[in-house]
Amino acid sequence: MKNALGSVDTVLLLGGRSEIGLATAELLVRAGARTVVLATRPTPVTASRPAGADGPAAGAADREGGGDAHHNGPVGRLARLGAEVHEIDFDAAHPETHAKVIDTAVRLAGDLDVVIAAFGVLGDQAAYEDDPVSAAESMAVNLGGHVSAGLSVARRLREQGHGTLVVLSSVAGVRVRRANFVYGAAKAGLDGFAQGLGDALHGSGARVMVVRPGFVRGRMTKGLPAAPMATTPAEVAVAIVQGLRDGSPVVWVPRGLRLVFTAMRVLPRTLWRRLPR
Amino acid sequence: MTFLTGWGRTAPTPATLVAPRTVAELAALVAGSPPRGLIARGLGRAYGDAAQNAGGLVADLTRLEPRWSLDPATGVVTASGGTSLHDLMTGLVPKGWFVPVTPGTRHVTVGGAVAADVHGKNHHLDSSFGAHLRSLTLLTADGTTRVLTPSDEAFWATVGGMGLTGVVVEASFGCVPIETSRVAVEVTRTRDLDHTLEVMAATDDGHRYTVAWVDLLTRGARMGRGVLTRGDHARRDEIPHAGDPLAFAPAARVAAPPWAPDGLLNQVTVRAFNQAWYAKARERRVIQDIAPFFHPLDFMEGWNRMYGSRGFVQYQFAVPFGAEGTLRRVVSRLSAEGVVSFVPVLKRFGPGTPGMLSFPLPGWTLALDIPAGLPGLARLLRVFDTWVAEAGGRLYLAKDARMRAELLPVMYPRLAEWARIRRRLDPEGVFRSDLARRLGL
Repeated sequence: MKNALGSVDTVLLLGGRSEIGLATAELLVRAGARTVVLATRPTPVTASRPAGADGPAAGAADREGGGDAHHNGPVGRLARLGAEVHEIDFDAAHPETHAKVIDTAVRLAGDLDVVIAAFGVLGDQAAYEDDPVSAAESMAVNLGGHVSAGLSVARRLREQGHGTLVVLSSVAGVRVRRANFVYGAAKAGLDGFAQGLGDALHGSGARVMVVRPGFVRGRMTKGLPAAPMATTPAEVAVAIVQGLRDGSPVVWVPRGLRLVFTAMRVLPRTLWRRLPR
Repeated sequence: MTFLTGWGRTAPTPATLVAPRTVAELAALVAGSPPRGLIARGLGRAYGDAAQNAGGLVADLTRLEPRWSLDPATGVVTASGGTSLHDLMTGLVPKGWFVPVTPGTRHVTVGGAVAADVHGKNHHLDSSFGAHLRSLTLLTADGTTRVLTPSDEAFWATVGGMGLTGVVVEASFGCVPIETSRVAVEVTRTRDLDHTLEVMAATDDGHRYTVAWVDLLTRGARMGRGVLTRGDHARRDEIPHAGDPLAFAPAARVAAPPWAPDGLLNQVTVRAFNQAWYAKARERRVIQDIAPFFHPLDFMEGWNRMYGSRGFVQYQFAVPFGAEGTLRRVVSRLSAEGVVSFVPVLKRFGPGTPGMLSFPLPGWTLALDIPAGLPGLARLLRVFDTWVAEAGGRLYLAKDARMRAELLPVMYPRLAEWARIRRRLDPEGVFRSDLARRLGL
């Protein structure tokens, strides 16, 4: 249960290797959370630029390598901070399994106080344009996976009468750009879905918090030149925890991006489409 | 669904609020094994989440056959669980009896008083509510009622058991004979915390009721200066002859405004209040009515709203005699950080009851109201929790809204024994609350 000062007991991270998700879980554990469930894709994939549930081989080693790799990975780190850590299988591309994933998490952790949906793939726009099937597959993860997982989480939170689903959206979805419109379209859909889900849960005691980071320097964006107002997974995590405490429905990271995008939204399309990235 | 909070107005959760009129109706609800469980709620004065049950059932006991009777020969009262101490006093005082223990408000139910094993200003001599109980009627998870006496272990799992062993539908307890409805009160000022402790230790036992208010915003040599209030039920010859000596008519209550600006209780306003309060408290002996002496805050209805939209937490801990150093450390840190707490209260506890989760232990207890929005509060209170646990002390579950579950077995060494009895009484965990989920009870 969330306490009077906003600390929580249990955290489910969908996308158990997400840097933002793990940094957030770590802060929540430092603030008093006792149980963390990491829902992680069981086998590594090589397609596109991976992140979150579809993490790289290094992430897989955290999970499967056992011994030192396991001890030094996120599981060991969270356990050393005093949390009871569970790992369960979660494949964003298989929506038919998502309800069961949530049931498993509930069996392990009891009530879910905070669920962080932090899985997704960034991918390469040019590659998507060459291979429409891979574009549709990334869409299935970045949007479809969130729909089935999010609805399964919402059902549980509604029964509980409390709990917050944190959805990692992106400013890329606020106004979709030419340079990454496959990814941006999925985030736009996700952002809209998350807002609607939040409205659907209104009055139930459960909530949805939409997080809109700008460019985040991390594994997902390695090798890409940073955009203005770039941030880090740790900074996003701090903003998420603050948002949970304040009960914010939407969190922009950094906060100033909200103003920037207010202007961006009304920028004429002839200019917008010429933006370099 | 109804959103409920404790008196501190933090962390609301929705529940289906039911108001059974009879024990049979309540028993049917319990026997129906509600999927998210059930918890009894009285007048909602527990500060934290003890009477909330997110997504489950909350049974409002105040409608449950409120009735009570007094045996005038023995002074034993038998009352239904939902009867309030206010109603009891209204009936008892004119007959020359007073409840054995009252907390700082009359607006608590008998069931709540048992479940929290409440204490009052007479703890140093008379212990807590549980010590005065003759028997309890408990509705348990199988939908049946059983009568428990102090020789049953289930009795002592229920006293202080926060409503998690069953619903107290009736209780019998001994009352105190009084000659008048007034209290003879002595007020004394102290110079600093050590002086406060010294005077309390030396003179507490000479008075039935004692309590100290401590000024936490004073630093340096005067840190912890206080105002001691010590009282006894006034004898017939101590009060003016005019009027009914046993008249009991608490003043009509004024209501706090429906909302108060956030930050109304801040360092400036509380410091000014403290200054005035301390200055006003000259050495004196006065005759007071029961209501202003025992329940000064009941005068203002909804005073909990004064803390603003984020509510407040009440932090009450007890440490054993010999751990005065811990008390000093806490007061000194609060004073150094300028933590705003309106009317912090210090009490010297006497012997506890055999209640396994009962809060009071022989020693000192300090209770603080702190605005929940105060920056850094979570961390500060976690530090205090550790100090208190290390000193062999504990937090009061009826007021807790934020402690960490790991410290519970340290603070309550008989937790495992309690859990065993509770499992026997309620194997499926029908009685559940947000407090129980938060602390893994």
